[in-house]
Amino acid sequence: MSTLFAIYKREFTSYFVTPVAYVFIVIFLFMTGIFTFYIGAFFETNQADLEPFFRFHPWLYLFLIPAISMRLWSDERKSGTIELLMTLPISITDAVLGKYLAAWSFTAIALALTFPMWLTVNYLGNPDNAVILASYTGSLIMAGGFLAIGSCISAFTKSQVIAFVISVVICFMFILSGFPMVLDLFRGWVPQAVLDAIASFSFLTHFTSIKKGVIDIRDVIYFSALIIFWLYVNVVVVEMKKAS
Amino acid sequence: MSVTIKVKSLTKSFGPIHAVRGVSFDVSHGEVLGFLGPNGAGKSTTMKMITGFLEPTSGTVEVNGCDVQDTPIAVKRAIGYLPEGAPAYGEMTVRSFLNFIADIRQLTGSHRQQRIAEVIDSINIKDVIDQSIETLSKGFKRRVGIAQALLHNPKVLILDEPTDGLDPNQKHEVRNLIKEMSQDKAIIISTHILEEVHAVCSRAIIIASGALLFDGTPAELIAKSDRHDIDHAFRLITAATEPVETEEIA
Repeated sequence: MSTLFAIYKREFTSYFVTPVAYVFIVIFLFMTGIFTFYIGAFFETNQADLEPFFRFHPWLYLFLIPAISMRLWSDERKSGTIELLMTLPISITDAVLGKYLAAWSFTAIALALTFPMWLTVNYLGNPDNAVILASYTGSLIMAGGFLAIGSCISAFTKSQVIAFVISVVICFMFILSGFPMVLDLFRGWVPQAVLDAIASFSFLTHFTSIKKGVIDIRDVIYFSALIIFWLYVNVVVVEMKKAS
Repeated sequence: MSVTIKVKSLTKSFGPIHAVRGVSFDVSHGEVLGFLGPNGAGKSTTMKMITGFLEPTSGTVEVNGCDVQDTPIAVKRAIGYLPEGAPAYGEMTVRSFLNFIADIRQLTGSHRQQRIAEVIDSINIKDVIDQSIETLSKGFKRRVGIAQALLHNPKVLILDEPTDGLDPNQKHEVRNLIKEMSQDKAIIISTHILEEVHAVCSRAIIIASGALLFDGTPAELIAKSDRHDIDHAFRLITAATEPVETEEIA
């Protein structure tokens, strides 16, 4: 068995031996229900699609994904197990990827458990299931983006609370980077090209087409690049801070 | 006897603090080296550098001819290491923890089953095998840490305070185990307990304030004292040094 898979397996099973997994999944399902039916007005729109369901995913992920990712590295450092892990014959890249993929798989399970929503809309009407599948895929990729940020941030600190708060703030800036509250911070002292670049980082902009069922290759490249960048920084930070 | 661990003018500074200053020594196959020194002397820091957890500021470490900086994975494969405080994943059971280590160490098939059964037996952790590690007493946690280090039957064993937190019977068992294994391994243990040096070590090293002060057999150490008392000899050697500057870096 490869060491990456060994790390993955340990990390993944660890979610289910503690109540973390069950609490997370129940709250995730509960919140998606509230957002879809009350705020998203699923019934009132009278359309057989899941747009009201997917619309709120970035906002749900904003708080729930950092809750998953906060312990990934900070806990290792706090409990000292990082010394065990880093003196086993593994590369840091394997450790970072194994942990990240475990967290992502766990998110995928939570997302898959929203299937009653899909059953409901199919019972009520004739939605385009290809669109729904595309939206699910896009939502999972976006979750991967949030997770990569959270995993990286958790490597900076021994405190899970700090990891959570900082991850939420950074994810929030990524969600809203196309909007005035973020752009105004930069306007006036950075060149227009940089401002445009920041604006193009917005999760919301990239998720807009995805939630309508269109998987644009540019959006996929955007999220992939984002994930690779944050995981790369993650590896560097673990290497730098493992012993401090 | 072939030299297995070669430490050459190893130095580690944390900012202005010199935790380890120019420490050199060799450990050969069949030797048990006892690492002695006051708290914060740089024992753990030296071990962390040998096992590749910390990067030395200068100096080199070679294990089986491989440099720990150039080929860290090869060195880590050869070493079994019990870190200070025996860290382990608290939420896992002892069995799943050992299975995880076996996965990482890439033990497979009947050899894997045999090794797991052997360490469970020799470390005496059969009774707690299905308990989660966070519920174990300090002594059992320590033993799980030792089991983890022995699992792949490494040629080089580095144990940071292996008997800390154990009761007298358990200490006796662990010392016997170390002695049994010493024939075909190079072993480094750190300890505060001077009688332990006498009981298990074939050589002793004393480090204080990061510098190496003594390197010789336990008998030579005792001979340093006119009272033929190992405690006295230890105090004579270490009292000459300046007071300890820093807590050991965890």
